[in-house]
Amino acid sequence: MLLAIDTSTGTSVAVVDRDGASGELRCLAETGTDDTMRHAEVIGDFIREALAGAGIDRDRLSGVAAGMGPGPFTGLRVGIAAAHAFALGIDRPFVPVVSHDAIAWSRYRAGETRSLQVVTDARRREFAVSEYDGLDDDGLPVRVLGPGLAPRDEVPVARGIRFDATIVSAGAIGMLAELAFAAGRLPLAADAPLYLRAPDVTPSAGKRVLQ
Amino acid sequence: MNRAEPLILGIETSCDETGVGIVRGTTLLANIIASSMDEHARYGGVVPEVAARAHLEALGPTIRAALAEASVTLDDIDAVAVTSGPGLAGALMVGVGAAKALALSLDVPIYAVNHLVGHVGADLLDTAAPLETPTVALLVSGGHTSLLLVRDLVSDVELLGETIDDAAGEAFDKVARLLGLPYPGGPEIDRAAVGGDPKAIRFPRGLTQPKDQAAHRYDFSFSGLKTAVARWVEQREAAGEPVPLADVAASFREAVVDVLVTKAIAACTDLGVPRLLLGGGVVANARLREVARERTDAAGIDLRVPPLSLCTDNGAMIAALASQLVMAGHPPSGLGFGADSTLPATEIRVA
Ligand SMILES: [Zn+2]
Repeated sequence: MLLAIDTSTGTSVAVVDRDGASGELRCLAETGTDDTMRHAEVIGDFIREALAGAGIDRDRLSGVAAGMGPGPFTGLRVGIAAAHAFALGIDRPFVPVVSHDAIAWSRYRAGETRSLQVVTDARRREFAVSEYDGLDDDGLPVRVLGPGLAPRDEVPVARGIRFDATIVSAGAIGMLAELAFAAGRLPLAADAPLYLRAPDVTPSAGKRVLQ
Repeated sequence: MNRAEPLILGIETSCDETGVGIVRGTTLLANIIASSMDEHARYGGVVPEVAARAHLEALGPTIRAALAEASVTLDDIDAVAVTSGPGLAGALMVGVGAAKALALSLDVPIYAVNHLVGHVGADLLDTAAPLETPTVALLVSGGHTSLLLVRDLVSDVELLGETIDDAAGEAFDKVARLLGLPYPGGPEIDRAAVGGDPKAIRFPRGLTQPKDQAAHRYDFSFSGLKTAVARWVEQREAAGEPVPLADVAASFREAVVDVLVTKAIAACTDLGVPRLLLGGGVVANARLREVARERTDAAGIDLRVPPLSLCTDNGAMIAALASQLVMAGHPPSGLGFGADSTLPATEIRVA
């Protein structure tokens, strides 16, 4: 059973489980918002609500999965920092997942069969783009390209269909992590946010209370 | 929860230091700091995105190091404390997200506290003489320059004044850069000032004119000083004369220190508060401590300077402040607080 968090778009928190015998994946609770400005404010309540909604004690979690982006950095970091800290607190592994993989996996699970181009907002008039070719034998999405950045009007033509996502489901993040664990395919991703862009280097004006 | 001597883990990520401190009551058990200062050096100042990235990388290892240093486990922790503001929003959010999740994972309360008041709280740690109030606090760093009146650490803090442009530490960085010295500027200016005459050049003291007294009696301004140094150096160079580096550095530093101490002592005198507390990274400047010592002695004001390791931004001061809040019976914060880059000093604990 995993706690899963994604803040690569809005904020999404879920508790998921995989039945060891049947292999059935279940999302026990999921809560979220597409608000892209309040990650730090909502993350605590969402974690609490997801755990309460699942009706489980945190001792029963076997790990914490997090979407590593791509996504706007400031919000993305809130979820990753929270997932890291929760994993540290319960002394269980941290499981990084590429957020686009969860989007693709959800589409394929819903019946999509074609090649899929996943597109999300990357600010600065750019999109983050990944390409997928269905699911492999373990049920994991086959990413053939990306994630990478492209100017908004220069996104390569999709080989199959293009899917513009504004929400990443933490439930999908968690279920992907469960699948990968069951298939012995962890780690799925590196434990580093997918920034895809070097930091902007304008020095700060400093901390100030009045202005 | 143990309210008599709570064990608090404090997280501070408001600027470029990732700080995790652990205190029990007023006893300091651990104070671990990971700084991203080296990464900012080539930009000549703190770059918010670079700082935020560094916080995310450093936070886990820093928490582990603090627990090891304190010889406690997470199960022992009574509450988690975190800086809610003021500071760099993106940097603060890393600490806020982590602290909320950590508190939930341990099923303990969380205290979201004010960074500036935290600097004052640092003075309570490991000291035989408890902090007496009311006290004036002068907090000077690369990120802030503030003068506070602390009537009660956990319930009554007032902002008397602060910088209206650059922070004092920032002025050191900028002047160091125009003198061709590396970042951070404070220690470099100090080194350059050795043997220099602090009275050689009379650089301006910002907001000290009679006309400034009504609106800005306790506020600071260092951008005019920085410009004055730049102009003075340019004129020398244009005239083909050598720039006396030691004199410029010593005179610039004297102007900064003079304004800081003069305004702090004026606040003590005006308000009838015979106590002054220093905090913030610029306290590392020996000349600031020396002038503050001389003038507070002369004015009959009791001067307190916490150890330098507790003056720079750190998590122990955040834990220390939360510990005081717990011991005074204040309730924890709700889970809905955010990062508030302009959190006013009056808001000691964010509800
Ligand atoms: Zn500070």
